[in-house]
Amino acid sequence: MKKTVSLISKNFKKIHPESLKEYLKAGGYDGLKNALPLTSLEVITAVKKSGIKGRGGAAYPTGLKWEQAAAIPGPRKIVICNADEGEPGTFKDRYLLEYDPFKIIEGMTIAAYAVGANEGYIYIREEYKKLQNRMRKIIDIAIQNGFLGNNILGTNFKFNIKVFSGAGAYVCGENSTLIESMEGKSGRPRIKPPYIKERGLFNLPTLVNNVETFSIIPVIFTIGPEEYAKYGTPNSRGTKLISIAGNIKKPGTYEIPFGITLNEIVFDIGGGIRNNKKLKFLQIGGASGSIVPASMTHIRYCYEDFKEHNITMGSGAILVADETIKVVDFLKSVQDFFLHESCGKCTPCREGNRQLSKIFNRFVKGNASIEDFKTIERFGKVMKYCSFCGLGQSATTALLSAIKHFPDEFYTHIDKVHKTI
Amino acid sequence: MKNVTLNKALFLKINEIIKKYESDKHNLLAILLETQDLIPKHYIPIEAAAFIGDKLNIPISRVYDVISFYSALNDKPKAQHVIKLCKSTTCRVNRYQTVRDVLEKELGIKMGQTTPDGKFALEYSACFGACDISPAFRIDTEVYGNLTEKKIKEIINKYKEV
Ligand code: SF4
Ligand code: FES
Repeated sequence: MKKTVSLISKNFKKIHPESLKEYLKAGGYDGLKNALPLTSLEVITAVKKSGIKGRGGAAYPTGLKWEQAAAIPGPRKIVICNADEGEPGTFKDRYLLEYDPFKIIEGMTIAAYAVGANEGYIYIREEYKKLQNRMRKIIDIAIQNGFLGNNILGTNFKFNIKVFSGAGAYVCGENSTLIESMEGKSGRPRIKPPYIKERGLFNLPTLVNNVETFSIIPVIFTIGPEEYAKYGTPNSRGTKLISIAGNIKKPGTYEIPFGITLNEIVFDIGGGIRNNKKLKFLQIGGASGSIVPASMTHIRYCYEDFKEHNITMGSGAILVADETIKVVDFLKSVQDFFLHESCGKCTPCREGNRQLSKIFNRFVKGNASIEDFKTIERFGKVMKYCSFCGLGQSATTALLSAIKHFPDEFYTHIDKVHKTI
Repeated sequence: MKNVTLNKALFLKINEIIKKYESDKHNLLAILLETQDLIPKHYIPIEAAAFIGDKLNIPISRVYDVISFYSALNDKPKAQHVIKLCKSTTCRVNRYQTVRDVLEKELGIKMGQTTPDGKFALEYSACFGACDISPAFRIDTEVYGNLTEKKIKEIINKYKEV
């Protein structure tokens, strides 16, 4: 099997990202041209046939999501592209925004056509300010050339996109929180129902998909859903953009077919570990993802294998840590992140993260007690099951998986206490 | 640090931003971000917050709820250049601490402090998606990565000169 592919990433560093001419020459907008003559139902059926699942982390089948969005009645509907990429270790959406922005808006346009929406927003994190400007620029170009606006490609389909800037809050990556912030509020998640698909932005029916999900759509309508679905495994169709970083020789964003092993990703694609060190563990899917020890890298990168081993794919990040990294030090950086990003709405997450951080300081300093060890596990579980939103629920994924795979590393820090007392 | 008292020209500019966003309170975040960009040392003075609240017909507490929530918005003046060093997971395994030590030595201040001339401030940041070039920091909106001692010094000197 070929280890990397170039479907979504075909244009990366190959064309000038702000040139519509080059985008068209590379086959850009063929997807939209093929989709517009179809009925909404036919478009949705094709997306279903491709088998793709949302790439934002929740892995909800995209075709199904669109079908539900299309079925909701209403004269005014919204399509939002979630470009609030904030999971530490993740930068694959940045590559799309940076190197192939037209593809994102082409995908959004097809989505809008399928679900019957005329208004679109792309919510880009504040940290990508320069890319916000790039996006504004290419939206203008698309309007001038009839790819956005009132009569798209000479049809009477109308669709506009506005760029919205985030303001530095990880929690806004959660869809309902993102919408709260677009309504001029602080970013705290909403209680569901009502679901966003029924009452989202300004209480209007809203479809939210991730940048990568939208970028796959033009590919599906160019090469056909069957062809795209040939990549991957039975339950994980197609290709995936992953971000590899950390103690690795060739960090970067790569497109892989689902189903290659973590080993292949780290050693064949990423070039192996830097400075002749040994691999110790990976963190899969960002700060909210599990710790996977080196002994488990035979696992394939796909939903099936991940589910079997209780790993979530999350944002597509693969963070590589070598043998010199201490697990508790690493977990402290995870903990500090969540402490900083917790929105404070619910108690388990707000207080849990605070207490865990305090305890972690003791572990890092080497003066933790056995009670501390029991407490972190207990708190970790309470947070996992009782937090209001995904942030709190997944804040201790790394911790709990680390306790499972590296219990000794915790004990050594506890041992020190006994020796010094 | 002395607050900038807002002059009339600045109020007019803020007013233009508000008008551009149709005086719609839903656009509060965008209005605040653009206002902050106008003001030297990147913050929203209380006069501006009150003015915006007034124009959008929302209580000033609501304006401050938003300012205090988002890390990109500030209610106090910052330095001319804010250096934000990432200390999230990737930068942790790539040892951001070495970058921190060089920065602190070069600028003669600790993390969280501002140089006496108000030119630089040092703070930590969460991941800003530059993990492929980690360890990394941001200076204002510019991102610098693959940092070595030599490179850090060159970057700082470049900012010192202007
Ligand atoms: S889990 Fe609770 S406190 Fe944490 S981010 Fe979600 S709503 Fe906010
Ligand atoms: S973890 Fe430092 S830039 Fe992403």
